[in-house]
Amino acid sequence: MSFFDLPIVTSGPAVSGACASGGCATGGCASGGCSTARPDLKSETSRRDFLKTATTLTLGAMSLTLLPGAMAGDDAVPPASKPSGFPSHAKKPMYGFLIDTTKCTGAGKCLTACRVENGVPEGQARTWVERYVHFKDGRVEVDLVPEIGYAASGEPQPAAEDVLRAYFVPKLCNQCVDAPCNQVCPVHASIKSPEGIELVDTDRCIGCGYCVQACPYGIRYMNHETNVADKCNWCYHRVMRNEQPACVEACPTGARVFGRIDDPDSEISKRLATLPTSVLKQHLGTLPLTRYVGLTDEVT
Amino acid sequence: MEYHALHDAPFVFPNDAYPAWSIMIVLYPYITGMVAGAFVVSTMYHVFHREALRPVARLAVVTSLCLGACATLPLLLHLHQPQRALNVVATPSPSSAMAGFGFIYSFYMLVLLVDVWLLFRPAIVERAHSAPGPWKNVYRVLALGVLEITPRAAEIDRKLVHALSVIGIPAACILHGYVGFLFGAIKANPWWSTALMPVIFLTSAVVSGIAVLTLLYLLLCRSSRMEPDEECVRSLSRLLWMFLVLAVTFEFGDLLHVAYEREEEWHVIRELLVTKLRFSYLTLQVLIGALLPLLILPIPAFTRVASAAFRHSCTGVAAVLVLVQVAAMRWNVVVGGQLFSKSFRGFVDYPVTWFGREGLLAAAVVLAMPMLLLWGAMKLLPVWPPSPQSESGAKT
Ligand code: SF4
Ligand code: SF4
Repeated sequence: MSFFDLPIVTSGPAVSGACASGGCATGGCASGGCSTARPDLKSETSRRDFLKTATTLTLGAMSLTLLPGAMAGDDAVPPASKPSGFPSHAKKPMYGFLIDTTKCTGAGKCLTACRVENGVPEGQARTWVERYVHFKDGRVEVDLVPEIGYAASGEPQPAAEDVLRAYFVPKLCNQCVDAPCNQVCPVHASIKSPEGIELVDTDRCIGCGYCVQACPYGIRYMNHETNVADKCNWCYHRVMRNEQPACVEACPTGARVFGRIDDPDSEISKRLATLPTSVLKQHLGTLPLTRYVGLTDEVT
Repeated sequence: MEYHALHDAPFVFPNDAYPAWSIMIVLYPYITGMVAGAFVVSTMYHVFHREALRPVARLAVVTSLCLGACATLPLLLHLHQPQRALNVVATPSPSSAMAGFGFIYSFYMLVLLVDVWLLFRPAIVERAHSAPGPWKNVYRVLALGVLEITPRAAEIDRKLVHALSVIGIPAACILHGYVGFLFGAIKANPWWSTALMPVIFLTSAVVSGIAVLTLLYLLLCRSSRMEPDEECVRSLSRLLWMFLVLAVTFEFGDLLHVAYEREEEWHVIRELLVTKLRFSYLTLQVLIGALLPLLILPIPAFTRVASAAFRHSCTGVAAVLVLVQVAAMRWNVVVGGQLFSKSFRGFVDYPVTWFGREGLLAAAVVLAMPMLLLWGAMKLLPVWPPSPQSESGAKT
């Protein structure tokens, strides 16, 4: 019996190799995504609104914007087709992200989807999946799920008889409400979208790396190719087009749920209302919007 | 939350594999520290009237200026988008600790520049009249066209120098305390995040400033076959010893607190100290850089044993060791803080490279630049104090 045949026992409800809530089975779902995890996005945001608000914020805070390219970061890609006609004072949608570790099977589909969607350079990551293996002798070992999957990676795997339990924890930007990365950026290159999503304005970033140091979760990196700060932005460009983030769409088990948390009927709101969730490094007071089901003390 | 023994199951977050801050960010606080420290020495004479320091008072401000002129160099070399560097002052973010640097630095440099100009104005004006050939014009430009100093103007200059030195003390403290705050305010990093960081940086800054000045004074005396002023060296040794005691108290007091309280971050820090930083921290920063000079310095500072030459050598050796200590401290803070992953489950390596913008050679050039500038400044300006008769009543 190899590690892959092990029942994955987690601190949450026990699952056997796949999705517990009857969503979709590991093998039976194309990477097109899990429909239960795809609430409709009723985006009320328009590019114009965002620009207006963000520019006002910037100008208000600074009273001077001497340099060009104020809000033209790569992250702020204009949505191609937007529902329009909403008054600019309309309440912005609030988004949330739920990671259900009890559903993650370490398939790694999300990793490729993100890399392709966002052009993430090799050796760097906007998202990754950690595998926690608790051995019977008390050791806990953590490693990264390889993008090609464990089987294809050829890495030696722990023997099933030595393993007490194992689970996977996907990581991505926590979209902290009180984001240290945003706080420390000296030039307004770390900006919060009106929907509360933390973005990098790549035209303003001076590449100081202060935000990389300030993120307690290791999410930010200096992009080797663009030489500016980079990070997961919940696929903001897709969200603005009423699409799901690439990783959510690719996840075959519904372990990643994205949607509006200000809509009580959305899938994420329903799950948040019924499942016990927690956040990473809560003691730091960053107030993450990314919430987890089934986090253990081991997860940092 | 519990931190995990780092060697049991090494695991590093993917983006932590490459430290974002390089040796240039080690040099940045090293150089700004010396800027602030050297200035503090000059104020000991100009504000607190420690007569013994008269021989190095002018050298101190000029050294501070030369170091200050190069303080932004490592930052520029580090920035991945250096062409946007001025955004920091053009569109600063009020919430960022880093955004203040441009303003604090510019203010301090302005104070220093005016201070130096006023201090050397009599000499510049005098040389604008007496210098040979084209040098005359250089000094005329330096004098900003004002080629006469009335006794009243000299008196005003003297008061201004005093006032600027007074303003310069908090400015220097803010300049370097602020650099410490840049690190201390990063709650993501347990090795950096401490309220004491500004104080730790400030005291070690003063220590490095005194050390570099002492060393320069001794070397310059030797190269010009001048006998170092005994009281001056004694006074510098005392200052160095005193501030080293303070620096060490803050540095290790803070660590002791974390260790004794077994604060949650201690497990990470302990691993860091006994593995990755064993040499640079325990050997360089503690034993060779702090303990040894603390033992050596009392000889020239408080005794008159053996010859003056021997005591001066003791001071010189201690100054070198202290400079190593402060460099090691900067390294241990900046690089050490990036050697463990934020997973608190594994270490990474800092790749030291020779070449490239952030390599060792570039670092050597950055360190040599202020010394080159100082050499030039010494050709241009009389850094040794004027004889009391020629001071025309101005106490400079
Ligand atoms: S997880 Fe890191 S990058 Fe994301 S918002 Fe929080 S501090 Fe910023
Ligand atoms: S690297 Fe860019 S985004 Fe990050 S703090 Fe520096 S300027 Fe801001």
